[in-house]
Amino acid sequence: MTKADKKYAGKTKRRIAYGLQYMFLGGISLISIFPFIWMIIGATNKSMDITLGKLTFGDQLWVNLDNLFNAGELLVCIKNSAILSLIMTFMSMLICSMAGYGFVVFKSRVKELCFSLILLSMMIPSSSIVIPMFKMFSKMGLLNTKIGVILPALSTAFLIFFFRQNTKNFPFETIQSARIDGLGELGIFFKIYVPMMKSTYAAAAIITFMSSWNNYLWPLISLQTKEQRTLPLMISSLGTAYTPDYGMIMVGIIITTIPSALIFFLMQKSFVDSMMGSVK
Amino acid sequence: MGNRKKNGTFRIHVNGWGFVIPSIVLFLWLTLWPMINAFIMSLQKGKGSVTEFAGLDNYVRLLRDPVFISSTKNTILYFVIQVPIMLFLALIISSMLNNPKLKFRGFFRTAIFVPCVTSLVAYSLLFKSMFAVDGIINKTLMGLHLIDTPIPWLLDTFWAKVVIIAAITWRWTGYNMIFYLSSLQNIDGAIYEAAEIDGANGWHKFQYITVPLLKPVILLTAIMSTSGTLQLFDEVVNITSGGPANSTMTISQYIYNLSFKYAPDFGYAATVSYAIFFMVALLSLIQTKVSGDKND
Repeated sequence: MTKADKKYAGKTKRRIAYGLQYMFLGGISLISIFPFIWMIIGATNKSMDITLGKLTFGDQLWVNLDNLFNAGELLVCIKNSAILSLIMTFMSMLICSMAGYGFVVFKSRVKELCFSLILLSMMIPSSSIVIPMFKMFSKMGLLNTKIGVILPALSTAFLIFFFRQNTKNFPFETIQSARIDGLGELGIFFKIYVPMMKSTYAAAAIITFMSSWNNYLWPLISLQTKEQRTLPLMISSLGTAYTPDYGMIMVGIIITTIPSALIFFLMQKSFVDSMMGSVK
Repeated sequence: MGNRKKNGTFRIHVNGWGFVIPSIVLFLWLTLWPMINAFIMSLQKGKGSVTEFAGLDNYVRLLRDPVFISSTKNTILYFVIQVPIMLFLALIISSMLNNPKLKFRGFFRTAIFVPCVTSLVAYSLLFKSMFAVDGIINKTLMGLHLIDTPIPWLLDTFWAKVVIIAAITWRWTGYNMIFYLSSLQNIDGAIYEAAEIDGANGWHKFQYITVPLLKPVILLTAIMSTSGTLQLFDEVVNITSGGPANSTMTISQYIYNLSFKYAPDFGYAATVSYAIFFMVALLSLIQTKVSGDKND
């Protein structure tokens, strides 16, 4: 074999390796995207056709949408989901960012201990505490109320950790000079820290909004009446019915997915950053 | 002067606590206290609100409860099979996407990550509809001549588990891939070039450079996935409702059923809650230990 031959053989080998990689990645991408195509096509078909695997667009979109409106309180559920997610996102970001800030800026041994305790609680599975929480909330009359859904989500170990990590890079001199200028501690936090940490807040908002929008276990347990139901609860009850109407379920799934999909495509970079917030 | 300075530090201290107190109070009230409460409840027996002290009866019952044992087995099975498959897949994909010579990287990355935008309930119902007996998955497999007769996915105790595992893998592989991709970007490309000069092939580079350097992130994703899989609830409830014949039921779902589906037995449900807590804690500890030892 001449040198040129060898080089050629190496090239072919590399080409095959690349070809295989493209096939593999293409296959995985197709599998990843297919359920979305399925969801959109399904929304235009009859339930029967969906279970028979029909892969062409139908003309049932308006019928399905109409059925969904009549099946449960769709608008009420959307409203409930929106209100809950917005309040949860806003409040928990406020509480957790203050904590993360406090743990770094006013560091003390006792506070470090408190923080490690909170961090350890990440180990506690939420399904382990829902039962005692249900009993507690029923005694306090907080079941089936919005406050009852919001309260447990306000202080999360992950968010506190996230803000604490990001605060470590915050320039301390800025705080010092603001103090000399006579600004109060709360003023420093709201007027200097919050505006400077915009990107951290954006990332945190995405994480929190997504998890509150998709929250399922605790609302399922604590919200009992139709008037209080959220979107995931509604589509879940449609889906686990004895004979589910998949046409209208697909429309419901699309409505549930739109907000997260929008956030994803509009803020792809912050979205990905927010996912990796814990690695930093 | 000295006095004023003291006052200043005092004020900052008080304010400092002001920042962290709300979250600490919420944590004590809504995480630690329920956890303690769960333990007290686990020592009580009785249906509904009439309860009596029962000592360790519930814990004895736990070990003899066939539903608890089978739901634990299912949960562990999901964890043992699904987590390694998913993390391995995510690692392979991310090391391929880390190659700057590869085309369409942005497209592949977005496509593989996009399942993460779906809510757990929503994608579960999508999978339920795709895996119907006459559904699209069976049709495709038969069209490709991989199977001759339709597989009764959700009606068979074995295949129902396969569907659950496939569903979770679909939803979370891209999520883990993002963690690996971001850490791979911090690895100096010169290391790979040096390895190439020494005659390392793609697999060698993956085995001896990528995996060891990513160990901390792999550990992080392993712990997150372990705790997520052990708490599996939304998917199982919405895809199979735990059936057929409890063959896909997880511990979390059993806790829910014990409290809200059957005659409510909160004491026993709290006992099962403690079981899941210990499993998560133990497995995270083992994972940290194992990776720590390998580092030496």
